[in-house]
Amino acid sequence: MSATPTHPHEHAVADHHGHDGHHGHDDHGHEEPHGSFKGYMIGFVLSVILTAIPFALVMTGALDKNTTIVAIFAMAVVQIFVHMVYFLHMNLKTEGGWSMLALIFTIVFVLITLAGSIWVMYHMNTNMMPMTPRQAATQFGG
Amino acid sequence: MSTTTPSLYDGDRPLFHLPEEPHHPDGHSTALGFWLYLMSDCLIFAALFAMYATASYSFAGGPGPKELFELPLVALNTAMLLFSSITYGFAMLMMAKGNKGSTLLWLGITGLFGAAFLSIELYEFSHLIHEGATPQSSAFLSSFFTLVGTHGLHVTVGIIWLITLMVQVARKGLIPANRRRLMCLSMFWHFLDVVWIGVFTFVYLMGVAR
Repeated sequence: MSATPTHPHEHAVADHHGHDGHHGHDDHGHEEPHGSFKGYMIGFVLSVILTAIPFALVMTGALDKNTTIVAIFAMAVVQIFVHMVYFLHMNLKTEGGWSMLALIFTIVFVLITLAGSIWVMYHMNTNMMPMTPRQAATQFGG
Repeated sequence: MSTTTPSLYDGDRPLFHLPEEPHHPDGHSTALGFWLYLMSDCLIFAALFAMYATASYSFAGGPGPKELFELPLVALNTAMLLFSSITYGFAMLMMAKGNKGSTLLWLGITGLFGAAFLSIELYEFSHLIHEGATPQSSAFLSSFFTLVGTHGLHVTVGIIWLITLMVQVARKGLIPANRRRLMCLSMFWHFLDVVWIGVFTFVYLMGVAR
Protein backbone atom coordinates (compact mmCIF):
# COMPACT_ATOMS: atom_id res chain seq x y z
CA MET A 1 0.00 0.00 0.00
CA SER A 2 3.06 2.25 -0.23
CA ALA A 3 1.87 3.42 -3.62
CA THR A 4 -1.39 4.90 -2.32
CA PRO A 5 -1.89 8.12 -4.26
CA THR A 6 -1.91 11.39 -2.33
CA HIS A 7 -5.01 12.62 -4.14
CA PRO A 8 -7.15 9.53 -4.55
CA HIS A 9 -10.14 11.36 -5.95
CA GLU A 10 -8.23 12.94 -8.79
CA HIS A 11 -6.76 9.60 -9.80
CA ALA A 12 -10.10 7.91 -9.68
CA VAL A 13 -11.56 10.49 -12.06
CA ALA A 14 -8.64 10.21 -14.45
CA ASP A 15 -8.80 6.41 -14.45
CA HIS A 16 -12.51 6.43 -14.96
CA HIS A 17 -12.14 8.52 -18.09
CA GLY A 18 -9.49 6.18 -19.42
CA HIS A 19 -11.75 3.23 -18.77
CA ASP A 20 -14.69 4.80 -20.56
CA GLY A 21 -12.61 5.59 -23.62
CA HIS A 22 -11.40 2.01 -23.77
CA HIS A 23 -14.87 0.58 -23.45
CA GLY A 24 -16.17 2.70 -26.28
CA HIS A 25 -13.45 1.32 -28.49
CA ASP A 26 -14.29 -2.26 -27.49
CA ASP A 27 -17.87 -1.94 -28.69
CA HIS A 28 -16.64 -1.40 -32.24
CA GLY A 29 -14.98 -4.79 -32.20
CA HIS A 30 -18.33 -6.54 -31.72
CA GLU A 31 -19.73 -5.71 -35.15
CA GLU A 32 -21.16 -8.76 -36.88
CA PRO A 33 -18.99 -10.06 -39.67
CA HIS A 34 -20.91 -9.81 -42.93
CA GLY A 35 -19.49 -10.38 -46.34
CA SER A 36 -19.98 -8.43 -49.53
CA PHE A 37 -21.52 -9.53 -52.82
CA LYS A 38 -18.04 -9.40 -54.36
CA GLY A 39 -16.60 -11.56 -51.57
CA TYR A 40 -19.29 -14.23 -51.95
CA MET A 41 -18.86 -14.30 -55.74
CA ILE A 42 -15.05 -14.64 -55.48
CA GLY A 43 -15.52 -17.50 -53.03
CA PHE A 44 -18.15 -19.15 -55.22
CA VAL A 45 -16.11 -18.96 -58.44
CA LEU A 46 -12.97 -20.27 -56.71
CA SER A 47 -15.01 -23.12 -55.16
CA VAL A 48 -16.51 -24.10 -58.52
CA ILE A 49 -13.03 -24.22 -60.08
CA LEU A 50 -11.55 -26.14 -57.12
CA THR A 51 -14.42 -28.65 -57.26
CA ALA A 52 -14.57 -29.09 -61.05
CA ILE A 53 -10.83 -29.78 -61.52
CA PRO A 54 -10.58 -32.71 -59.04
CA PHE A 55 -13.76 -34.31 -60.44
CA ALA A 56 -12.46 -33.91 -64.00
CA LEU A 57 -9.05 -35.36 -63.04
CA VAL A 58 -10.58 -38.48 -61.48
CA MET A 59 -13.32 -38.99 -64.08
CA THR A 60 -11.02 -38.64 -67.11
CA GLY A 61 -7.95 -40.20 -65.50
CA ALA A 62 -5.80 -37.61 -67.25
CA LEU A 63 -2.89 -37.92 -64.79
CA ASP A 64 -1.34 -41.00 -63.22
CA LYS A 65 -2.74 -42.29 -59.93
CA ASN A 66 -0.33 -40.74 -57.42
CA THR A 67 -0.27 -37.32 -59.08
CA THR A 68 -4.09 -37.32 -59.14
CA ILE A 69 -4.32 -38.14 -55.41
CA VAL A 70 -1.82 -35.42 -54.46
CA ALA A 71 -3.59 -32.90 -56.73
CA ILE A 72 -7.11 -33.54 -55.37
CA PHE A 73 -5.80 -33.50 -51.78
CA ALA A 74 -4.09 -30.14 -52.36
CA MET A 75 -7.20 -28.67 -53.99
CA ALA A 76 -9.40 -29.83 -51.10
CA VAL A 77 -7.13 -28.04 -48.62
CA VAL A 78 -7.21 -24.84 -50.71
CA GLN A 79 -11.01 -25.05 -51.09
CA ILE A 80 -11.50 -25.45 -47.33
CA PHE A 81 -9.36 -22.33 -46.89
CA VAL A 82 -11.44 -20.46 -49.51
CA HIS A 83 -14.70 -21.40 -47.73
CA MET A 84 -13.28 -20.34 -44.35
CA VAL A 85 -12.30 -16.90 -45.65
CA TYR A 86 -15.11 -16.01 -48.10
CA PHE A 87 -18.13 -17.87 -46.64
CA LEU A 88 -17.37 -18.18 -42.91
CA HIS A 89 -15.57 -14.77 -42.84
CA MET A 90 -12.77 -16.05 -40.62
CA ASN A 91 -10.07 -13.54 -39.78
CA LEU A 92 -7.73 -12.75 -36.90
CA LYS A 93 -10.03 -10.05 -35.49
CA THR A 94 -13.37 -11.88 -35.13
CA GLU A 95 -14.37 -12.07 -31.44
CA GLY A 96 -11.01 -10.57 -30.46
CA GLY A 97 -9.10 -13.48 -31.99
CA TRP A 98 -10.84 -16.20 -29.98
CA SER A 99 -12.55 -17.73 -33.04
CA MET A 100 -9.18 -18.15 -34.73
CA LEU A 101 -7.64 -19.60 -31.56
CA ALA A 102 -10.48 -22.17 -31.29
CA LEU A 103 -10.05 -23.00 -34.99
CA ILE A 104 -6.28 -23.52 -34.66
CA PHE A 105 -6.81 -25.75 -31.61
CA THR A 106 -9.41 -27.77 -33.53
CA ILE A 107 -7.16 -28.15 -36.59
CA VAL A 108 -4.34 -29.47 -34.35
CA PHE A 109 -6.78 -31.88 -32.70
CA VAL A 110 -8.18 -33.06 -36.05
CA LEU A 111 -4.69 -33.64 -37.49
CA ILE A 112 -3.63 -35.68 -34.42
CA THR A 113 -6.85 -37.74 -34.61
CA LEU A 114 -6.49 -38.48 -38.33
CA ALA A 115 -2.73 -39.01 -38.52
CA GLY A 116 -2.63 -40.99 -35.27
CA SER A 117 -5.52 -43.30 -36.22
CA ILE A 118 -4.19 -44.02 -39.70
CA TRP A 119 -0.65 -44.61 -38.38
CA VAL A 120 -1.66 -46.92 -35.53
CA MET A 121 -4.21 -48.92 -37.53
CA TYR A 122 -1.84 -49.33 -40.48
CA HIS A 123 0.79 -50.90 -38.22
CA MET A 124 -1.81 -53.04 -36.47
CA ASN A 125 -3.06 -54.37 -39.81
CA THR A 126 0.47 -55.06 -41.00
CA ASN A 127 1.38 -56.96 -37.84
CA MET A 128 -1.86 -58.94 -37.58
CA MET A 129 -1.69 -62.73 -37.84
CA PRO A 130 -3.28 -63.86 -41.12
CA MET A 131 -6.86 -64.95 -40.53
CA THR A 132 -7.50 -66.95 -43.70
CA PRO A 133 -5.29 -69.16 -45.86
CA ARG A 134 -5.68 -66.63 -48.66
CA GLN A 135 -4.32 -63.79 -46.48
CA ALA A 136 -1.42 -65.99 -45.44
CA ALA A 137 -0.66 -66.64 -49.08
CA THR A 138 -0.64 -62.95 -49.98
CA GLN A 139 1.40 -61.98 -46.90
CA PHE A 140 4.03 -64.69 -46.88
CA GLY A 141 3.92 -65.82 -50.47
CA GLY A 142 3.29 -69.38 -49.31
CA MET B 1 4.29 -2.14 -6.52
CA SER B 2 2.39 -0.12 -9.05
CA THR B 3 0.68 -3.26 -10.42
CA THR B 4 -1.26 -3.74 -7.18
CA THR B 5 -2.54 -0.17 -7.15
CA PRO B 6 -6.32 -0.30 -7.49
CA SER B 7 -7.75 1.86 -10.20
CA LEU B 8 -11.11 2.61 -8.55
CA TYR B 9 -11.86 4.18 -5.20
CA ASP B 10 -14.95 4.29 -3.08
CA GLY B 11 -14.13 7.49 -1.24
CA ASP B 12 -10.74 6.75 0.36
CA ARG B 13 -11.30 2.99 0.27
CA PRO B 14 -9.66 1.21 -2.69
CA LEU B 15 -11.90 -1.12 -4.71
CA PHE B 16 -10.41 -4.37 -5.96
CA HIS B 17 -13.52 -5.41 -7.85
CA LEU B 18 -15.88 -3.69 -10.27
CA PRO B 19 -18.61 -1.84 -8.37
CA GLU B 20 -21.19 -3.22 -10.81
CA GLU B 21 -21.21 -5.95 -13.45
CA PRO B 22 -20.23 -4.63 -16.87
CA HIS B 23 -23.23 -4.40 -19.17
CA HIS B 24 -23.18 -6.72 -22.16
CA PRO B 25 -25.64 -6.34 -25.03
CA ASP B 26 -28.07 -9.20 -25.60
CA GLY B 27 -26.44 -12.08 -27.45
CA HIS B 28 -22.99 -10.48 -27.59
CA SER B 29 -21.25 -13.88 -27.17
CA THR B 30 -23.60 -16.01 -29.29
CA ALA B 31 -21.33 -16.00 -32.35
CA LEU B 32 -18.30 -17.22 -30.39
CA GLY B 33 -20.33 -19.81 -28.50
CA PHE B 34 -21.83 -21.14 -31.71
CA TRP B 35 -18.39 -21.22 -33.32
CA LEU B 36 -17.15 -23.35 -30.40
CA TYR B 37 -20.09 -25.72 -30.97
CA LEU B 38 -19.10 -26.01 -34.65
CA MET B 39 -15.53 -26.79 -33.64
CA SER B 40 -16.73 -29.60 -31.37
CA ASP B 41 -18.91 -30.85 -34.23
CA CYS B 42 -15.77 -30.77 -36.36
CA LEU B 43 -14.16 -33.20 -33.88
CA ILE B 44 -17.08 -35.63 -34.34
CA PHE B 45 -16.47 -35.58 -38.08
CA ALA B 46 -12.71 -35.97 -37.49
CA ALA B 47 -13.39 -39.19 -35.56
CA LEU B 48 -15.72 -40.45 -38.34
CA PHE B 49 -13.17 -39.57 -41.05
CA ALA B 50 -10.45 -41.37 -39.06
CA MET B 51 -12.70 -44.41 -38.75
CA TYR B 52 -13.41 -44.37 -42.49
CA ALA B 53 -9.70 -43.98 -43.29
CA THR B 54 -8.78 -47.06 -41.25
CA ALA B 55 -11.72 -49.21 -42.44
CA SER B 56 -11.89 -48.17 -46.11
CA TYR B 57 -9.80 -51.14 -47.29
CA SER B 58 -11.78 -53.78 -45.35
CA PHE B 59 -14.25 -55.01 -47.97
CA ALA B 60 -14.89 -58.47 -46.44
CA GLY B 61 -15.11 -59.87 -49.95
CA GLY B 62 -17.81 -57.31 -50.85
CA PRO B 63 -17.77 -54.49 -53.40
CA GLY B 64 -15.28 -51.61 -53.16
CA PRO B 65 -15.60 -47.90 -53.96
CA LYS B 66 -14.69 -48.34 -57.63
CA GLU B 67 -17.67 -50.63 -58.26
CA LEU B 68 -20.12 -48.67 -56.09
CA PHE B 69 -19.58 -44.92 -56.46
CA GLU B 70 -21.11 -43.01 -59.37
CA LEU B 71 -19.11 -39.82 -59.70
CA PRO B 72 -21.58 -37.90 -61.95
CA LEU B 73 -24.19 -38.26 -59.21
CA VAL B 74 -21.71 -37.08 -56.56
CA ALA B 75 -20.74 -34.13 -58.76
CA LEU B 76 -24.41 -33.15 -59.05
CA ASN B 77 -24.80 -33.45 -55.29
CA THR B 78 -21.72 -31.31 -54.68
CA ALA B 79 -23.09 -28.67 -57.03
CA MET B 80 -26.40 -28.58 -55.09
CA LEU B 81 -24.61 -27.95 -51.79
CA LEU B 82 -22.30 -25.34 -53.33
CA PHE B 83 -25.28 -23.48 -54.87
CA SER B 84 -27.07 -23.56 -51.50
CA SER B 85 -23.99 -21.98 -49.89
CA ILE B 86 -23.94 -19.02 -52.27
CA THR B 87 -27.72 -18.52 -52.06
CA TYR B 88 -27.49 -18.46 -48.25
CA GLY B 89 -24.77 -15.82 -48.69
CA PHE B 90 -27.24 -13.75 -50.78
CA ALA B 91 -29.86 -14.16 -48.03
CA MET B 92 -27.37 -12.76 -45.50
CA LEU B 93 -26.60 -9.79 -47.81
CA MET B 94 -30.33 -9.07 -48.13
CA MET B 95 -30.66 -9.34 -44.34
CA ALA B 96 -27.87 -6.77 -43.91
CA LYS B 97 -29.88 -4.44 -46.20
CA GLY B 98 -33.00 -5.08 -44.10
CA ASN B 99 -34.94 -6.48 -47.07
CA LYS B 100 -37.28 -9.04 -45.50
CA GLY B 101 -38.92 -10.31 -48.70
CA SER B 102 -35.65 -10.97 -50.55
CA THR B 103 -34.14 -12.58 -47.45
CA LEU B 104 -37.05 -15.01 -47.31
CA LEU B 105 -36.82 -15.68 -51.06
CA TRP B 106 -33.11 -16.55 -50.92
CA LEU B 107 -33.63 -18.65 -47.77
CA GLY B 108 -36.35 -20.56 -49.62
CA ILE B 109 -34.04 -21.19 -52.61
CA THR B 110 -31.32 -22.34 -50.19
CA GLY B 111 -33.79 -24.77 -48.63
CA LEU B 112 -34.73 -26.16 -52.06
CA PHE B 113 -31.07 -26.78 -52.97
CA GLY B 114 -30.58 -28.43 -49.56
CA ALA B 115 -33.62 -30.65 -50.15
CA ALA B 116 -32.28 -31.55 -53.62
CA PHE B 117 -28.97 -32.54 -52.03
CA LEU B 118 -30.74 -34.74 -49.50
CA SER B 119 -32.95 -36.38 -52.12
CA ILE B 120 -29.96 -37.28 -54.31
CA GLU B 121 -28.12 -38.67 -51.27
CA LEU B 122 -31.13 -40.76 -50.22
CA TYR B 123 -31.50 -42.01 -53.81
CA GLU B 124 -27.82 -43.01 -53.76
CA PHE B 125 -28.20 -44.81 -50.42
CA SER B 126 -31.31 -46.70 -51.51
CA HIS B 127 -29.56 -47.62 -54.78
CA LEU B 128 -26.55 -49.00 -52.85
CA ILE B 129 -28.71 -50.95 -50.43
CA HIS B 130 -30.77 -52.32 -53.34
CA GLU B 131 -27.55 -53.60 -54.92
CA GLY B 132 -26.76 -55.43 -51.70
CA ALA B 133 -24.15 -52.93 -50.48
CA THR B 134 -25.74 -52.51 -47.05
CA PRO B 135 -24.05 -51.06 -43.93
CA GLN B 136 -23.84 -54.64 -42.58
CA SER B 137 -21.80 -55.93 -45.56
CA SER B 138 -18.32 -54.73 -44.61
CA ALA B 139 -16.35 -52.36 -42.36
CA PHE B 140 -15.87 -50.15 -45.41
CA LEU B 141 -19.62 -49.81 -45.98
CA SER B 142 -20.40 -49.40 -42.25
CA SER B 143 -18.00 -46.49 -41.96
CA PHE B 144 -19.15 -45.05 -45.31
CA PHE B 145 -22.82 -44.98 -44.29
CA THR B 146 -21.95 -43.62 -40.82
CA LEU B 147 -19.79 -40.77 -42.13
CA VAL B 148 -21.94 -39.71 -45.09
CA GLY B 149 -25.14 -40.39 -43.13
CA THR B 150 -24.03 -38.18 -40.23
CA HIS B 151 -23.39 -35.36 -42.69
CA GLY B 152 -26.80 -35.94 -44.27
CA LEU B 153 -28.41 -35.87 -40.83
CA HIS B 154 -26.77 -32.49 -40.19
CA VAL B 155 -28.18 -31.17 -43.49
CA THR B 156 -31.63 -32.48 -42.50
CA VAL B 157 -31.45 -30.63 -39.18
CA GLY B 158 -30.20 -27.56 -41.04
CA ILE B 159 -33.26 -27.61 -43.34
CA ILE B 160 -35.65 -27.96 -40.37
CA TRP B 161 -33.86 -25.03 -38.71
CA LEU B 162 -34.05 -23.04 -41.96
CA ILE B 163 -37.83 -23.56 -42.26
CA THR B 164 -38.27 -22.60 -38.58
CA LEU B 165 -36.33 -19.38 -39.13
CA MET B 166 -38.29 -18.55 -42.29
CA VAL B 167 -41.50 -18.77 -40.27
CA GLN B 168 -39.94 -16.62 -37.53
CA VAL B 169 -38.74 -13.97 -40.00
CA ALA B 170 -42.10 -13.97 -41.82
CA ARG B 171 -43.98 -13.42 -38.55
CA LYS B 172 -41.65 -11.13 -36.58
CA GLY B 173 -39.46 -9.58 -39.29
CA LEU B 174 -35.70 -9.03 -39.21
CA ILE B 175 -35.51 -8.24 -35.48
CA PRO B 176 -32.06 -8.46 -33.78
CA ALA B 177 -32.85 -11.91 -32.35
CA ASN B 178 -33.74 -13.26 -35.80
CA ARG B 179 -30.65 -11.69 -37.36
CA ARG B 180 -28.55 -13.45 -34.71
CA ARG B 181 -30.26 -16.78 -35.42
CA LEU B 182 -29.80 -16.38 -39.18
CA MET B 183 -26.10 -15.66 -38.60
CA CYS B 184 -25.76 -18.89 -36.56
CA LEU B 185 -27.51 -20.95 -39.24
CA SER B 186 -25.26 -19.28 -41.82
CA MET B 187 -22.18 -20.55 -39.97
CA PHE B 188 -23.77 -24.01 -39.60
CA TRP B 189 -24.68 -24.21 -43.30
CA HIS B 190 -21.26 -23.09 -44.57
CA PHE B 191 -19.59 -25.43 -42.08
CA LEU B 192 -21.53 -28.38 -43.54
CA ASP B 193 -20.27 -27.39 -46.98
CA VAL B 194 -16.69 -27.44 -45.63
CA VAL B 195 -17.25 -30.96 -44.25
CA TRP B 196 -18.65 -32.01 -47.64
CA ILE B 197 -15.38 -30.94 -49.31
CA GLY B 198 -13.70 -33.56 -47.11
CA VAL B 199 -16.36 -36.16 -47.95
CA PHE B 200 -16.28 -35.81 -51.72
CA THR B 201 -12.47 -35.63 -51.80
CA PHE B 202 -11.52 -38.40 -49.38
CA VAL B 203 -14.47 -40.77 -49.72
CA TYR B 204 -15.62 -40.49 -53.32
CA LEU B 205 -12.73 -39.12 -55.40
CA MET B 206 -9.89 -40.89 -53.59
CA GLY B 207 -12.01 -44.06 -53.38
CA VAL B 208 -12.32 -44.15 -57.16
CA ALA B 209 -8.82 -42.82 -57.93
CA ARG B 210 -6.79 -45.21 -55.80
